[in-house]
Parts: sequence; C-alpha cells; structure tokens
Amino acid sequence: MTGPGNEWFDEDAGPLVRSYALTRGRARPVTREAFDMMAVIEARGRPSFSQAGIGPEHLAILELCRRPLPVAEISGQLHLPLVVVRVLLGDLLDQRLIGVMRPRREEAPGADGVVTEQLLREVLHGLEAL
Amino acid sequence: MDSKPSDTVPYPVKILVAGGFGVGKTTLVGAVSEIRPLQTEELLTEQSVGVDDTSGVERKTTTTVAMDFGRITLSERLILYLFGTPGQDRFWFMWDELAEGALGAVVLADTRRLAECFPAVDYFERRGLPFIVGVNCFEDGYDYAPGEISAALDLSPDIPVLLCDVRMRESGKQVLTTLVRHVIARRAQRTAGAASG
Repeated sequence: MTGPGNEWFDEDAGPLVRSYALTRGRARPVTREAFDMMAVIEARGRPSFSQAGIGPEHLAILELCRRPLPVAEISGQLHLPLVVVRVLLGDLLDQRLIGVMRPRREEAPGADGVVTEQLLREVLHGLEAL
Repeated sequence: MDSKPSDTVPYPVKILVAGGFGVGKTTLVGAVSEIRPLQTEELLTEQSVGVDDTSGVERKTTTTVAMDFGRITLSERLILYLFGTPGQDRFWFMWDELAEGALGAVVLADTRRLAECFPAVDYFERRGLPFIVGVNCFEDGYDYAPGEISAALDLSPDIPVLLCDVRMRESGKQVLTTLVRHVIARRAQRTAGAASG
C-alpha cells in the first residue's frame, strides 16, 4: 500500500490498522445498502468545500466513479480492501454523492440466482467476437 | 432511493477461476483480460467457540482473502469479470459472495498434482454452480486424455474437460466459451427435465 497514511502501516499488525483508520474504526457502511461486489457505482455530485467526513479516499472514489464502476473494481483500482470501500461508499451514499445503479429487472439474475438464457447467449457471442 | 433502472447501466457478470497452487489461474485471467489483473481483498470473520473454554466465549478469527481479477468488455453494456483465486489461499471457499450470482467456474488442473483441484470441484458441486475443468498443459506434465482426467476426478460425464494452454489468449477464450456453452446446455437440460418430470 502506498500513499498518504502509509506511515500507519505496521508490519506486525498487517493492513488492518490502516484499513480501520481510514474508516474511523467502522466495519460496516452507515447505510442499509450492502454494496455487493458487482453493484455498479456512479458519482452523482461533488462535495462542497470541506464537507464534513469526506476524506481523500472518498474523493478518489468520486473521481474514479465519474464512469460507472462495480465495487470490486473500485477496490482493485484504489488498492483498498472491500470492507473499507463499502464503508466509504456508505458515507458517500449517505451524503447523496453517489448512486447505486441497477440493471433492468428482466436482465437481472433471478431470485434463485440463475441468470437468463438471453444474457448467457449475449456473453457467449461477446466472447466469440473477441 | 438513488437506484435507477436505465439502459446505460453496465451489467457486470462474473466467472470464477479456481484450482491448486501455481496451476495458472492468474495467467489465464491475464491472458484474456483487457486490463492488467487487479486485486481485491475481503476480510472474512469466522466465529468459533473455544473448545477448552468452559465459559463458552466465542472467538473470532479474521482471514484476509485476496483475489486477482480481470475484465473483458463484451458489449456496450455487458462486462465480464474473471476472478482467480491466488495460489496458496485455502480460505476463498469462505467467500460465498464470490460465487453468488456467478455464471459459472473454470477449475484449472495440473496433471502432475491433480488432487489439488479436488476442493474446488467439491465446492462447486456442492453449491450447484456449473463448472468445467481446464487441464493446463505444462511441458513436463503427464499426457492424459480428457476422459482419463474426468474419471480420475469422478466427474459427471456431461462436465466438459478440455486441454488448454492458459498463456495463450485463444486457448483462454476457448475455455471461457466452453464454460458458457456448458451453462446454457445445463439450463436447457434442466428446463426439459422440469417439463417432463
């Protein structure tokens, strides 16, 4: 891990110390949204100057999500564990700075977790066309 | 809510790549991904009651599980994410969210150490997640036919087993299309089964 805050990294304690410092000790988002790793996040606003509770990592997420991105990719690109990203996203959602985008119902996986055949065929055609 | 149904929402789907240590999972992800593989990690907490603890106090163990993943943009709205479990990690099975909603899985096998893919095969069978087996052909690997591998793994005969070279993009593509075709075939079979039974 690099960047500001790195001085808090403690080899013995592992990355946990830094993770919880970033989230101010919180392990769960403030919102009810669970932020599935494939949930797509889009920036919806800009924080006003010195808005309370918004840190550099929040700003980095907003910058990254000007283009809609799934939670897993935010975690990967910012080198932050999912648990941290979820807390930060919760703050942003709470302040209405992001939106969680959902696919149309007919394209979403069914209640039993089974995806539609149309979607599978689209995936297959996409792969074949690579 | 802030959620909005929309035509412009990119729809991410995921496929898992599992198997033993050093079998080439991240290599496969990297060969087909349009980005250099990224890593994401989850902290998993397992509650366990102390065995010799008369007060019954619960102990928690936290494990960090990391995943390498790549991305393939399939169409304007459809994005495929490929998640590969890093080598030594035996704990990814605890990460149920990873398998949740996944289209299917590729289990990579190395004929020199076939037993290392047993846990992945077991996991996907138990979860009912469709999977195929890709036998990564190492130059000094033993020469087995897919049928022999299938028998050694005690796989149901309808589960495809194919030989591959995960360093090659075309081979990786073939592995993925084989998986998706298998998922489609399995669905059709189930639908037919439900209609007749």
